[in-house]
Amino acid sequence: MTKALLDAPPEFDKPASTGRLIWNGLTRSPSGFAGGMIVLFIVLLSFVGPFFVDSTLPTDTSKIWNGPSAEHWLGTQYQGKDTFTILILSGAQPIWIGTLAAFTAIFIAVFLGAIAGYFRGSLDNRLLQLTDTVITIPQFLLMLAIVAFFRNLPAVAVALIVGFTTWPVLMRSIRMQVMSLKEREFVEAAKLQQLGAARIIFREILPNMAGFIFVSFILAINNAIYAVVGLYLLGLLPITDYNWGLMIQEAWSQNAYLNSNALPYVLAPLTMIILFQIGLVTLGRSLEQALNPRLRER
Amino acid sequence: MTAETVAPPPRAGTKGTPPPRPLAVRIWRNYAFKRIRQAIFTIWFVATGTFFLARLMPGDPIDIMAGRLTESGMTHAQARGIAEAIVPYDPHASWYVQYLEFMTGVVTFNYGNMMTRPSTEVTDYIMQYLPWTLFSVGLGVLIAVFVGLGVGMIMAYRRNGTFDHIMTPIASFLAGVPNYLLAAAVVVIGSTWLGLFSFANMRGRLSPGVETGFNMVFIGDALYHAILPVFAYAVTITGGWMLTMKAATTEIMTEDYVMVARARGLKGWRIGSNYIGRNAILPLMPQIALALGTLIGGAVLVERILNYPGIGGMFLESINQRDYPVIQATTIILASTVVIANLICDLLASRLDPRIRLDDTEA
Repeated sequence: MTKALLDAPPEFDKPASTGRLIWNGLTRSPSGFAGGMIVLFIVLLSFVGPFFVDSTLPTDTSKIWNGPSAEHWLGTQYQGKDTFTILILSGAQPIWIGTLAAFTAIFIAVFLGAIAGYFRGSLDNRLLQLTDTVITIPQFLLMLAIVAFFRNLPAVAVALIVGFTTWPVLMRSIRMQVMSLKEREFVEAAKLQQLGAARIIFREILPNMAGFIFVSFILAINNAIYAVVGLYLLGLLPITDYNWGLMIQEAWSQNAYLNSNALPYVLAPLTMIILFQIGLVTLGRSLEQALNPRLRER
Repeated sequence: MTAETVAPPPRAGTKGTPPPRPLAVRIWRNYAFKRIRQAIFTIWFVATGTFFLARLMPGDPIDIMAGRLTESGMTHAQARGIAEAIVPYDPHASWYVQYLEFMTGVVTFNYGNMMTRPSTEVTDYIMQYLPWTLFSVGLGVLIAVFVGLGVGMIMAYRRNGTFDHIMTPIASFLAGVPNYLLAAAVVVIGSTWLGLFSFANMRGRLSPGVETGFNMVFIGDALYHAILPVFAYAVTITGGWMLTMKAATTEIMTEDYVMVARARGLKGWRIGSNYIGRNAILPLMPQIALALGTLIGGAVLVERILNYPGIGGMFLESINQRDYPVIQATTIILASTVVIANLICDLLASRLDPRIRLDDTEA
């Protein structure tokens, strides 16, 4: 007992490393582990899979909307192309746009949230007012208006727009975390050492929130993919590549969803996105439990 | 431990008798007044934002109309001339004249006539669509909040019991499903694949021949056509609410006053409703109002998939045609709905929850 006490570092100074907590949280919770595996599987399928399929995809008018067969596992689409191949080629774009969008949102949220939570005062009030204002605007409508007006946006711009419209909720929770962390002893100690505010925020406070930020990032990917796939589904984004959202949009705009032979073309991307989203949410939530000490002790 | 026994030095104006302030200052710093100011600011911000956003975009309503006319075989100059004559929009007017005119319209709730159908008033046009979206989204939220809060509370009561172990994965499963994809899956699997219901009959908002009016036929038919969207909204948000409510209830259950209530021998349901339920739900109220905003935006997708003619499809259409007044009015009306819902929620919460201060201390 005494030895353990001596060995244990002072608790306020060095909590268990975030990586360790994430790993523990993942392996201890079966649903989180399953979620992580689903996410990993879909990411591999979408980014590594394309190297293993024949991406030439010949159009074949004699095979329009054929049902599943040995040759075409998921049947063919309206140009006679193989649905399974399209499904594999279609995952990369929504996933990377969603990830970039989530990254943008998190970046803005962390930056503004840390500043507001650390300095408080009138700057905090201004920033809070800004988030209150942006939060109440129906975000998807805003996104829709911007994207619809600027037709033919490059994918990166779409990611940035989605990121710029989805940061406020995250900013608020990051601000709250910073506010609670800055009252801790190690921040007091850093202040006594006359370290600069930037250093205290970025080197002392934010690393302690790494887990929280990571979880928020995972959940933000979820929101971003909802938006990105939605925009494709409305036919608002330029048709450059194969894309799950586009598959659903094509099935819908041609009323193919009423044709039972065409069902794999709708159901396959639907299943992929839904599985990916569920995977992310279960992964995120069990990590949250692992990383949030208040939830952990109960 | 010692930290709690040492009282912090009183801050000026918060402890003891505060120095009296002039009435005007007290009103200005009043919480309710602050929130109302903020709500007005938000609506102004949204209005101004959409005004400039609309004009920054490539193409104006005259271009779009002229483009459509050239398709019918006119020369470009002819089409342009006709479009300029039809569309009540002057592209040469300076932006501040337009802005002033527009803001006057916002304040007086007069958004003028549509650009694409110059004889129709914008508000009349929006009112053909808005009630249907509010009806389906509202019903969905209502069901989700009731079910979610109720089930979440039971989950917290029976923490680590069978019910909790079954419901928690289901709840996070539901929280992960995007509403419009659930709608698509229900249509594709339920109607096309299994033939459980006829999606063809459920499209639209009413069956042909049903008149709007306060009677059973109309209400029944409206509900029948709204089942799918309401289902999609309700199911996808219930999961999140269960988890939120479970967390909130668990937190409240460890509070001292709940212990005291138990010690006093109060009945279980009384503790549940008066002590735990009320205190767990109150902090969630603003979140419920915020959820409304997200849902109204997302309704565009659900309505597109389910062919439900609400505000979503109309908004998309008006963007494509650059019908400035319709775009602006829709955005402002929807944003105001959400802002006002938030405002009411916050004011109600501050009435019911003494911890939210109504006086002029820091917000």
